[in-house]
Amino acid sequence: MYTLGIDIGSTSSKAVILRDGRELLAHQVVPLGTGTIGPEQALDAAFREAGIAREEIAFTVATGYGRMNCAPADAQFSELSCHAKGIHYLLPGVRTIIDIGGQDAKALQLSDTGQLLAFQMNDKCAAGTGRFLEVMAKVLNVPIGELGPLSAQADRPAAISNTCTVFAESEVISQLSAGVSAANIAAGIHNSVAKRVAGMALRLGHPTSLAMSGGVALNTGVVSAMAREIGCPVQVHPLCQSAGAIGAALFAWEKQMKKEGSSNE
Amino acid sequence: MSDTLNPTAAAPAQAAAAPAKPKRPKAKSLLMIGEQTNALFENARLAKERGEKVGWSASIFPQEIAETLGLNVLYPENHTAGIAARHQADPFLQECEGPMGYSNDLCAYAKLNLAYTAVLNGESSVELPDGGKMVKPDFLLLTNNICNQLTKWYENLARQLDIPVFFIDTCYNPMDYVTETRVRYVRAQIDQLIRDLCAFTGKTWDDERFKKVMEISQRNSYLWERANNLMDHKPAPIGGFELFNYMSAMVCNRGKESTTAIMEQLNAEMEQHIKEGTSTFPAKEEYRVSWDGIACWPYLSHNLRTLKQYGINMVASSYGKAWAIQYDDLDGMARAYCFASTNGDNASTMLSRRYEALTRMGCEGTIYHVNRSCKVMDCQMMEVQRQLSKMAGVPFTSFDGDQADYRNYSEAQFETRIQGLVEVMKQNKEAKSNG
Repeated sequence: MYTLGIDIGSTSSKAVILRDGRELLAHQVVPLGTGTIGPEQALDAAFREAGIAREEIAFTVATGYGRMNCAPADAQFSELSCHAKGIHYLLPGVRTIIDIGGQDAKALQLSDTGQLLAFQMNDKCAAGTGRFLEVMAKVLNVPIGELGPLSAQADRPAAISNTCTVFAESEVISQLSAGVSAANIAAGIHNSVAKRVAGMALRLGHPTSLAMSGGVALNTGVVSAMAREIGCPVQVHPLCQSAGAIGAALFAWEKQMKKEGSSNE
Repeated sequence: MSDTLNPTAAAPAQAAAAPAKPKRPKAKSLLMIGEQTNALFENARLAKERGEKVGWSASIFPQEIAETLGLNVLYPENHTAGIAARHQADPFLQECEGPMGYSNDLCAYAKLNLAYTAVLNGESSVELPDGGKMVKPDFLLLTNNICNQLTKWYENLARQLDIPVFFIDTCYNPMDYVTETRVRYVRAQIDQLIRDLCAFTGKTWDDERFKKVMEISQRNSYLWERANNLMDHKPAPIGGFELFNYMSAMVCNRGKESTTAIMEQLNAEMEQHIKEGTSTFPAKEEYRVSWDGIACWPYLSHNLRTLKQYGINMVASSYGKAWAIQYDDLDGMARAYCFASTNGDNASTMLSRRYEALTRMGCEGTIYHVNRSCKVMDCQMMEVQRQLSKMAGVPFTSFDGDQADYRNYSEAQFETRIQGLVEVMKQNKEAKSNG
């Protein structure tokens, strides 16, 4: 049986196809979010990768910012539960997750069976989110994917505030004009994100086993800053960006099994 | 775990097949509230026309004083909440933060009212959506038990309009009880305030009249608390947010017999629903939650729609019950007003009140409104979340919003948080039913 999970975020779309709730047949990420052709492109790519037709999908769950506007979905789950489920599938020992997406940041507390127990989310401001990093990468004129390696060269990370993206942007411009190196500014930016999100995550208590999910988890600079801020190693799975879609596909499998179970009674 | 069946796929078919749902007739008690509110503003207008002095008052002020003296008093906090709920706040916010030069960080009730006042005072040309029914005051009544920013807001009003403020300093409560010295301190101020108010308005204090007003007021407080407590029935007889509609009776008209009639009617309607096993809540009550903080008036309908989608009824609120204040004489009044508001209480008092409400009402979760307008409330909220969730063993979520400034809210963020809360509540429910 095939199930589909689709995570339509604010800046990217992710699609995952599972066989029998266990085997990952396809996982695709397209850097275009809700309201664009991103979701459709991610679906096309996932079906090509899996080598199956759309009609073969037994159940589809949508998650993410665009979950309510996803026509193929049979049900919607919040990205909170989907990331919890997806990370538990990828890294079963993890009890705390930090998920930094395009426009929000979340800290999730899991039970040992992977159920969501409690969560915290950022406030309305974009500071501490993927969008914040995108804005800063643009100011530094560095591709977003290179921010992490760049910050590894820092010797004196700059101090960048984390209250407001617009204020932080003007701080970065000031630092650049004062001759501070791009590496030190990049490291300062990562520290800024880590401090903001760590403050929120620690409201759930000090983590014993921590992982990051979402696209920002691919930024090595943020991950090491986060580990430093929280005082706990941070695990990152190579499929961290698809964790929400994996969770959605797992929920889809559970839903279908329940459906089949009840129709057999 | 919870899910939402696909609304995108289902909606067009339903729209084509289902006839328009007939609108439920308004409850009689709600019609009575409408009449009472109209009368409040109309009586103030008529008093002003007769040349009598009309006041504005902070929401948690001993209303019985003005009632005993036969003074007409209006309530800026209630009035501005109404403006915000009707989505009419924008020009007032712009005026206050723009030409008037106030900070964006101020309480939005204050911002709306200061701008509205500027219009009444001929200093601004913003169009008044209600035609100026909040007539220009001749005096102000103020306590600081609910909020310390009120003192600055009212000081500014007093300077702007050149009118007096009659003020009772109620003290912060570091203890779980009120000491007699505090009671004497507040009582002495009440006595002085009554003398000053009589001298200013030309009215005369009548002890017999006061006793009568107090009897009415106490009956109303009892009935209001009783109505709030009837929400412990499952399913609750009404949608919890509906109780907010009745707050004007308790805030503005607590010492009036018209409020007794409304409260008796409300109790009777709720009892009838309980008897018949019905509810005005427009969906099956799947979850019962408590609400912490002031209502997010500009987005109340979005809050309601989202909660209804998951069958969440808000059956307990720290907000509405603040006006179920019990006292029967001036000493009792002094004691009660030292303890009448969340923002004036210490953390342990606040926690025990919330814990009691949460357990009595069988709440399965709590929603915290992180209200940008009320920094004092936000200050305690994070710790209350942590401790209350641990004590009661129920999950919570919080969202950013504002009591009157529509710019401080995101619909998508609210929806995600509520869905997340539902998923945790559902899982807890299933675990409980599986033993």
